[in-house]
Amino acid sequence: MYVAVKGGERAIENAHAWLAEERRGDTGVAELSLVQIREQLSLAVNRVMAEGSLYDPDLAALAIKQARGDLIEAIFLVRAYRTTLPRFGSSRPVETREMACDRRISATFKDAPGGQVLGPTFDYTHRLLDFKLAAEGDVPEVPAADPRMQTTPHITSFLQGEDIIEREPFSDDVPGDLTREPMVFPASRAVRLQSLTRGDEGFILGMAYSTQRGYARNHAFVGELRIGTVPVEMEIPELGFCIEIGEVELTECETVNQFKGSKTVPPQFTRGYGLVFGQSERKSIAMALVDRALRWEELGEDNLGAPAQDEEFVLSHSDNIQATGFLEHIKLPHYVDFQSELELVRKLRREAAELAETLASREAAE
Amino acid sequence: MNTNFSAEDRKGWMSLLASAEEARLTELWQDYGLDPDFEFLRAPEVGGIMVRGRMGSTGAPFNAGEMTVTRCALSLADGTVGHGYVQGRCKAKAEIAAKIDALMQTGAAEALNEAVLVPLAQARQAQKTARASKAAATKVEFFTMVRGED
Repeated sequence: MYVAVKGGERAIENAHAWLAEERRGDTGVAELSLVQIREQLSLAVNRVMAEGSLYDPDLAALAIKQARGDLIEAIFLVRAYRTTLPRFGSSRPVETREMACDRRISATFKDAPGGQVLGPTFDYTHRLLDFKLAAEGDVPEVPAADPRMQTTPHITSFLQGEDIIEREPFSDDVPGDLTREPMVFPASRAVRLQSLTRGDEGFILGMAYSTQRGYARNHAFVGELRIGTVPVEMEIPELGFCIEIGEVELTECETVNQFKGSKTVPPQFTRGYGLVFGQSERKSIAMALVDRALRWEELGEDNLGAPAQDEEFVLSHSDNIQATGFLEHIKLPHYVDFQSELELVRKLRREAAELAETLASREAAE
Repeated sequence: MNTNFSAEDRKGWMSLLASAEEARLTELWQDYGLDPDFEFLRAPEVGGIMVRGRMGSTGAPFNAGEMTVTRCALSLADGTVGHGYVQGRCKAKAEIAAKIDALMQTGAAEALNEAVLVPLAQARQAQKTARASKAAATKVEFFTMVRGED
């Protein structure tokens, strides 16, 4: 039986009005503008773009304001908006070797050509609260040096020169798209990477950390981490040639991992890959570790039963919008469901009581 | 009609317009002053494109996520067709880009280039150089500590 229940319209309307007031907070305090969010909370904006899977800083800033800073709610808003956009096409794969790097470090080669460029990093800060930021103040002048205008070669390209790291098989195949076709297992590496790059940062971090603690250990070096902007090129169908349709900031991490070699492959390093919208360093490293762990089968490694090796487990649970949707739906009215469970438990109780009574009276009779 | 341009030139100005800062482009366009009669062939429309990367930066492609793009197409009174494809969701920016794309195919090209495209290219270059200079200042210079007698 299905019983439709109506009601609560006024309660809902009033709740939304109150939400708007609470969102605004004390009106004696200046209202936050989208530009302020975009410029001063840029890493939150980056996270919303990465997990919302839509590069648009202004839109992400709006979502953060509307969500009162709840980033998963903001990601939800961006994902919902994304589904309304007609798809004009796909870009050419971005060339990260041509990235204008704000930051570029290698944990494997001290003297890498192009150098170790720290960029605007939290690393080496003391993680002590800076009470100067509680007051308005001027920012110090940023030192400048002779700019490097040529491209910075990838660290893996040097290892490749020595043929001591696996080669990434080049192709121009059209990759699977999980926004268009439902995920099926086993998933291609392309779909795994798409899923990881939009996956929840906390979940991907936890999975990556588990591999470091020994669940499917494959010791990773950060061969290279780079953050910067790359042009996005797309062919314009009406014109028949490519233009740079814009520019995106990306964080790329390439890990260099151990590999024993096999009967057919000499000992060589293997690789994990992370590529994330915005300045998203933690997520990018974590993505590379999880990508590498999920490649166990193609690299002839043992299935150790570790969670990070189980692609069905990882990919089915990494999306925070799916997860929160299913998790939070249980707070919505389940009156009828619950009523039937209640009836069932009462019936079981009644039956158990009747049975006990019958047994007791039989015993008494004997 | 200016026929003295190549596909490469057109790619150049369309690319510059696509990622131009909205406020700066609007300002330069207004300063240029000429607003030609036109008809939309495709009204400005906001959409998305899928941005792809390559596995390990050199391997097979994968879908990294989408970005917003606005496009439109128009024709000038003389029939010249201009296309605007710009990053973001600004319809006015796409319209200006399409008008400039059309006018760059006409006799107005030289003046328009001077008034709008050259300043845009300079601004872009200056911004890139400024960031690269700050990055360069954070490059680590290693030095080795020598200890002991010799």
